[in-house]
Amino acid sequence: MGTFIPNTKEEQLKMLNEIGYKDFDDLFKVIPDEAKVKGDLDLPDGLSEIEVSKKVEGLAAKNTIFRSIFRGAGAYNHYVPSAVDAIANKEEFVTAYTPYQAEISQGILQSIFEYQTMIAEITGMDIANASMYDGASAAAEACWMCKDRRHSTFYVSDAIDERILTVINTYSFGRGSKVVVIPTKDGVTDKDALAKALADDNEAACFLMQYPNFYGIIEDAEELCKITHDGGAKFIMYCHPLALGALKSPGELGADIAVGEGQPLGLGLEFGGPYLGFLSTRQENMRQIPGRLIGETVDTRGDRGFVLTIQAREQHIRREKASSNICSNEAWCALRAGIYLATIGPQGYEQVAELCSSKAHYMADELEKIGMKRCFEGEFWNEFATTCPDADKLLAALEEKGILGGLKLCCGCCEGDCDTDCILWCCTELNSKEDIDEVIAIAKEVF
Amino acid sequence: MNFPAELKYSKDDEWVRYDGDDAYVGITDYAQSELGDLVFVNFPEVGDEVTAGEPLGDVESVKAVADVFSPVTGVVLEINEDLLDDASLINSDPYGSWFIKVGSISETDDLMSADEYAEYRGQ
Amino acid sequence: MKLIFEKSIPGRGQDIFPACDVPVKLPEAPLREKKAHLPEISENEMGRHYTALAKRAHGVNDGFYPLGSCTMKHNPRIDEKMASLPGFTKLHPLQPASTVPGAHELIDELEKFLCEITGMAGVTFQPAAGAHGEFTGLLMIKAYHTDRGDTERNEIIVPDAAHGTNPASATMAGYKTIVIKSNENGTVDIDDLKAHLGPKTAGLMLTNPNTVGLFDPNIMEITRLVHEAGGLCYYDGANLNAVVGIVRPADIGFDVIHMNLHKSFATPHGGGGPGSGPCAYKDFLAPFAPGLVCKDGKNYERAEKSIGNMTGFYGNFLVMVKAYTYLLTIGKDIHTVAQNAVLNANYMQEKLKDIYPIAFDTTCMHEFVIGLDPIYRATHVSALDVAKALLDYGIHPPTIYFPLIVHEALMIEPTETETKETLDEAITAFREIYEKIKNAPETVQMAPQTTPVLRLDDTKAAREPHLRFDFD
Repeated sequence: MGTFIPNTKEEQLKMLNEIGYKDFDDLFKVIPDEAKVKGDLDLPDGLSEIEVSKKVEGLAAKNTIFRSIFRGAGAYNHYVPSAVDAIANKEEFVTAYTPYQAEISQGILQSIFEYQTMIAEITGMDIANASMYDGASAAAEACWMCKDRRHSTFYVSDAIDERILTVINTYSFGRGSKVVVIPTKDGVTDKDALAKALADDNEAACFLMQYPNFYGIIEDAEELCKITHDGGAKFIMYCHPLALGALKSPGELGADIAVGEGQPLGLGLEFGGPYLGFLSTRQENMRQIPGRLIGETVDTRGDRGFVLTIQAREQHIRREKASSNICSNEAWCALRAGIYLATIGPQGYEQVAELCSSKAHYMADELEKIGMKRCFEGEFWNEFATTCPDADKLLAALEEKGILGGLKLCCGCCEGDCDTDCILWCCTELNSKEDIDEVIAIAKEVF
Repeated sequence: MNFPAELKYSKDDEWVRYDGDDAYVGITDYAQSELGDLVFVNFPEVGDEVTAGEPLGDVESVKAVADVFSPVTGVVLEINEDLLDDASLINSDPYGSWFIKVGSISETDDLMSADEYAEYRGQ
Repeated sequence: MKLIFEKSIPGRGQDIFPACDVPVKLPEAPLREKKAHLPEISENEMGRHYTALAKRAHGVNDGFYPLGSCTMKHNPRIDEKMASLPGFTKLHPLQPASTVPGAHELIDELEKFLCEITGMAGVTFQPAAGAHGEFTGLLMIKAYHTDRGDTERNEIIVPDAAHGTNPASATMAGYKTIVIKSNENGTVDIDDLKAHLGPKTAGLMLTNPNTVGLFDPNIMEITRLVHEAGGLCYYDGANLNAVVGIVRPADIGFDVIHMNLHKSFATPHGGGGPGSGPCAYKDFLAPFAPGLVCKDGKNYERAEKSIGNMTGFYGNFLVMVKAYTYLLTIGKDIHTVAQNAVLNANYMQEKLKDIYPIAFDTTCMHEFVIGLDPIYRATHVSALDVAKALLDYGIHPPTIYFPLIVHEALMIEPTETETKETLDEAITAFREIYEKIKNAPETVQMAPQTTPVLRLDDTKAAREPHLRFDFD
């Protein structure tokens, strides 16, 4: 019963007749009968807006909203400033498409140019693209940027999120590239193993690490970068964008490409998407970049303006030889990231990184006091793994109180050295001391 | 349109200038004018083999990309790095803007003289 | 107008974060030395900045947007409202499956709807956009052939009129693209197809209706021939809006398809994304589907021979909420969408064809293509010029220079949500521009004149790439 078609049946018939068709059957006779559906589809009757609202709100109500969240592992519960929703939801931003016609799309183009600048700034790199689907797919595309005729093996640290590795493997299944996982030692990439692997392979294209890694540990990126470059490969850092408010940036560390999940920059948890893949690199890799790029230019009056540029890399021009097939991206999510970074500014950017770090360290200390020791010694920022006598029991007790505890790690984080469960905890600026103390209190009750 | 008499021309609008046993290859005035403002070139690498009638690389304009075909079979001795910095040279000086220098030439496409090429392109 | 960085004044800013209520502790690791330049701006100034940007953008809500192949239809407000419910936006993707039954129910229901619409057996929501869906579908085809030990098949057949994403996706999937010609009617040349089918054929990618807006009358024969050669048929669902509820891709011989939820199912395009490109497949491809799926309300499972994952979690969930809301609203009347989309396109085509050359002058589907080449040759007014002239009428131009098989192409897709009056106004604009082409072509070549900037120098942008603001 719901419809968004403005013309009435009478108007439609009039239009049909005016252009020489009797009715819709007559109009659709260009489709062979054998190709057509017979009768109606087996779909429910359409609903009014009120009925639809009730039904969908009913589904939303069945889900549990945790009031306190200590789980990260790829999706982070950060504060989204009010301005982000208010601005991003402007209809002009929501209902536009890719800015193919620059003169009528300067608002979209400039917002992305500003986003590109901000991503380049936070990662310390020269240039960034207009966005990718999410962090994992951006990582897969970054590996592909490093492939050329002589370099085809992708090396990846085993300390990255398994989800990222899965996507890299899936992408690589297509073009038949080799992905080699470098093992970890004490929760960090085994440097010797990396150096040896690269030394034995003159076709190494890249090495990808996560920063901080999946277990929350800040690896020695400078050394890994050096080993990678000595091995003739490119160095890719998969970064948490807010960690870079405190930690040395990929640019400062010598990385060739920085990628990551932009979700912490003003996007909600959203049950996994839409998120935002960001990708930045050094100037010399400009033509290997996948996806849209916005560039500055001038109009016929000499006034500044922005356009989609260096498009000959892309699928609509280069077709089977394109650097990627990406067309639609996550522009609106990039807009949110831009608004977020403009809202918090340089001070807020440092402050949020400090808050996450401080809370995580406080929580780690408190957990240690009750016997839940950290699994690894390495320094961390917002996430850390601890032992736990019975993870299921603790997480269930927390869930009962409306708290989403850390993620139970089911395999290998302690390399078999401990016989208890492990939990990967995450703190953000949204976890107050009171919230953390509550978790500790519940844990004390449970054990 | 300008088609220097000392050059040879291919049907795919490349020119060849022999230098002893080696050859310089570029695209003709006709080709550059059809393609419009060029913004980038993609070259093979020195040491690569190129094959007569096969693409040796391509040229990019703002909204198109066109293969550049090699008129000869041989080995790339040199590439013109100036064009990597400034592809507009191809528009302003197509015959000064050689793309690659090829040696060890084993095969050559049927090439035309300047007059034949001018006629072929109806100029 | 100024960039946000040019409005930044040191020391200004907004207070968002609270004071630290635990001992301050930074990691004992190398810390950042070079600060990131980010804007220092008040909320008021920032709000005005983005409002000014919004005024310099054109969305469907600003005016007619007949961008061919992109289906810029109205985005219902209720869809947005439902997607902003905290019961969806505040869900952590890794919270226990037992705490998100509503989300899973929604995904399951949407899968059922899309299976019914396409005739397929299952749907994966992993792909984040149409091109991503193509890549997914091709990887599933590859996994299928590989699983059968049929490893010689390394070619994907793509018509010359196809979207650029098709050959690009084929390359990403490790396939060689074999391009086949369109015939004089603008549809697949059966003889050329036959000539290229063989033991190396992994599959065919086809958009139907195709990119010139025509439904291929030989579709049943085409898919039969591909199957006989041992290949699979991939349906690029970019143009599904033309036939939704009228033709089901599975019924006409396709094995796997992607849909663009941001086109056919009315979710907004967001200035370039996010979209969602779910892939629907026949039963025999189900073992290869990517992603973790929860069917029992407790555990996430992966298909037996899954190709892996295309995105980190479950795809663009909130976009799925919007498409689900849309489908609940329309229900079984979904065919009326295709009807009015096709009517609107034919109405415009009919009212313009006396002056503008139509590339293939026959009943079109949801879009049609003007081939401006004869006019360009006579007047030097190009498709680009006509597009720019439309800007002065407040109309977003059609897709231009695509498909590649039509010279000086203008590809017009009005969509079903436009009124007859809007179409008539656009027709009048096109006709006025035609008069200008005849009488004062230079005015068309100088257009636009009313936009915030005039024509921009694309060549300069590409020759001297300037991709970010320079702070020094």
